[in-house]
Amino acid sequence: MVHQQSKTRSFTRKVRTIAAVASAAAIALILAACSGGSGGGSSSFGFTEAKQGKGAITVWVDATRVPAAKAFETAYPKDKIKIVTYDGSANGTNSFQTKMDLFDKAGSGWPDVVFSSQDNDASWASQKDGKTQAFAAVLDQGYVSKATLAGFTPSSLNPCTVNGHVYCLRNDLAPNVLWYNQTLFTQFGYTVPTTWEQYEALGVQLAKDHPGYIVGSVGDSFEGPEIYMWGAKCQANDITGPRAVTVNTTSANCKRGADLMDTLTANGTLTQDSLFSPDFVKKYTGKVLMTPGPAWLGGAIFDSKTSLNVPAGQIGVAAPLTWGSEAPATGDVGGATWFVSSHSKNLAEAKKFVEFVTTAPNYQAKLAPGLPAYSSAQKQWLAAQETSGYYVTSLSALTAAASVVWSGWGAGQFSQEAIWSKTIIPEVAAGKKVVDLLPEWGTAISNQAQTLGYKVTSK
Amino acid sequence: MISAPTTVAGSVSRQSRPRPHRVSPTRTRVGYFFVSGYALLLIAFGIGPALYALYLSLTTADGGFAGLANFAQVMGDYRFVPAIIHVGSYLVIWIVVLVVLVVVLALIVHSIRSRWLSSAARFIFYIPGALAGAASVVLWIFVLDPVASPVGFLLNALGLHTFVQTISPANLPVVFSIIAFWTGAGGWIVIMYGALNNISTDIMEAARIDGANAIETAIHIQLPMMRKWITYMVILSVAAGTQLFVEPQLVSQASIGVVGNDYSLNQLGYLYAFQQNNFNGSAALSILLLLVSLLLSTFFVARGGLFEREQ
Repeated sequence: MVHQQSKTRSFTRKVRTIAAVASAAAIALILAACSGGSGGGSSSFGFTEAKQGKGAITVWVDATRVPAAKAFETAYPKDKIKIVTYDGSANGTNSFQTKMDLFDKAGSGWPDVVFSSQDNDASWASQKDGKTQAFAAVLDQGYVSKATLAGFTPSSLNPCTVNGHVYCLRNDLAPNVLWYNQTLFTQFGYTVPTTWEQYEALGVQLAKDHPGYIVGSVGDSFEGPEIYMWGAKCQANDITGPRAVTVNTTSANCKRGADLMDTLTANGTLTQDSLFSPDFVKKYTGKVLMTPGPAWLGGAIFDSKTSLNVPAGQIGVAAPLTWGSEAPATGDVGGATWFVSSHSKNLAEAKKFVEFVTTAPNYQAKLAPGLPAYSSAQKQWLAAQETSGYYVTSLSALTAAASVVWSGWGAGQFSQEAIWSKTIIPEVAAGKKVVDLLPEWGTAISNQAQTLGYKVTSK
Repeated sequence: MISAPTTVAGSVSRQSRPRPHRVSPTRTRVGYFFVSGYALLLIAFGIGPALYALYLSLTTADGGFAGLANFAQVMGDYRFVPAIIHVGSYLVIWIVVLVVLVVVLALIVHSIRSRWLSSAARFIFYIPGALAGAASVVLWIFVLDPVASPVGFLLNALGLHTFVQTISPANLPVVFSIIAFWTGAGGWIVIMYGALNNISTDIMEAARIDGANAIETAIHIQLPMMRKWITYMVILSVAAGTQLFVEPQLVSQASIGVVGNDYSLNQLGYLYAFQQNNFNGSAALSILLLLVSLLLSTFFVARGGLFEREQ
């Protein structure tokens, strides 16, 4: 028995050993034979179409977007779709690209429509993979009508645009605004800040007056780079071409963002707990005075039963903070995207689906958790949120913020969130200052960008 | 490697049973038949893919000859050396801990006189190994988070108050070693126990009559006779350890990327294949890993006398 077990175990291990060395290769070997021969010929939309049919389409969504696909089934009960749930490529798992690369190698198997929670997938999906045509269908060459594309809020399709062409439709917008608790502000006798300087001063004041209360978090991968650094107009992610980026993390702009984080982290008003950790809810329920954050933050932490669960009539939304008298500029955290596969065998149905989930009020106005990117749906969504009476202010700051997202921060193939997580968060947890880590941060970005074939400049 | 148990068993019991010098033709044929299943699988899923990886590593994406360019590329990658250091420090800590503790624990369990206590101990050691790799890592992610952990007070006592502090880069080799030991050691303890049982009672009795105590018996009788088993464990553990993947990958996801997704060599290979879309570079990395594993295995086989026959 013992021998039997030892043999089985060692055999398993041995197979695993060798399999891991070569499994990728094995898959490729089998699949390589099949690649190459795709396409039915016609290329009226700017890409070679597969032979078209009337089959069911396969759509990949994350768990949060399943209601979108279900809403489509309800609206069109005769249309058959196959819903596949995956992680939405969230938190830099990159699973979307990973899977499509494998299908590229296989030469078949692509889903027809894919939802991605990230806004930087067009960077690779628009590019050819060896001999296989780019995964993303070009949308603005006649496939999706000009009128539909024009219906999206201005500049919301920027992350989907590569070399002047549109490769995805935006699901929602996520510009940063200032979320604040009006009840606490009244109680403490404070004024809602409009500039980052006032915000920092108020954080210092709050630490003295009311220890334990906070003005935000730097515990997730996104706050540091995409709220504070992007908001400070730090040139860490200036995508200047399809494969070119300018990285300069030691400028005065970057330093002011870093100093602000350092001051408020040191006095405890910026917590290092993740907004989505159980500890955050335990420690800070009722103690968040304000926080800069994306459009979806209100629904994600304040008006959420599983998070802070702040009662109605307390939370307000103010315009994004500015630096001194500079023109308004803000960052953006995500804002998901929808892709249609250029290999789809039922492009008509894929288009119907993707237009439905991004533009039809059935989903975007009534069910969507975040600010819709499509103008008319956005208006209806805002109206619905305001009539709910949860917020003490109008939500106009959200739409205003969407138009002042600083364009000096682009959507490259590398994940700024992943780089920040790896190079900054553990160091700050160990007591270092962000401002001292800026050069390392820049090096990490440059290294990652170069690995992916980007030409990196520093000015 | 798979024939190791027979070899060891044969050598240990050699004194009492002379090895047959001639094997009948029928038995040889049956032997080939039994080996064939393994050999075919080894060719299909081991040697074949390895050869394909070798081919890929020497060619470009278009199929042209690349020479050693792919190797140069991955070795020049800024993530390559840190990954080697990560995996190397993990291996050293893990292997040393594994060998020392597994042998000591097996000796202790073997010396327990009470039958039920001994089998209960073996059972308890073995349980964690029943959890598949990924599941046990997920379990450990909870154990390592001071907020959620049932042993949070221990972590706090070590000055670790958040998950990020627990999994800070300096702690990771130790953390991964603990996880790997916890999941893998139980199985090895049971195997070593089997090896100890194989030692002839004549020898043990002779030692006792000569007045050797438990420790002397362990050092002079049991350890030398377990040498091949220990070598066998080290070889397989080195092979498994150099392929560190699941632990850092899951910890990376659980920690929103504080542990990079490029921590280990295998992860780097994964990134090459599926993020950079560079299968050739990925294959080059795999070949390098294979070479290292082969070299280390050869070393241990030679030093451990795994294939030696004493006649």
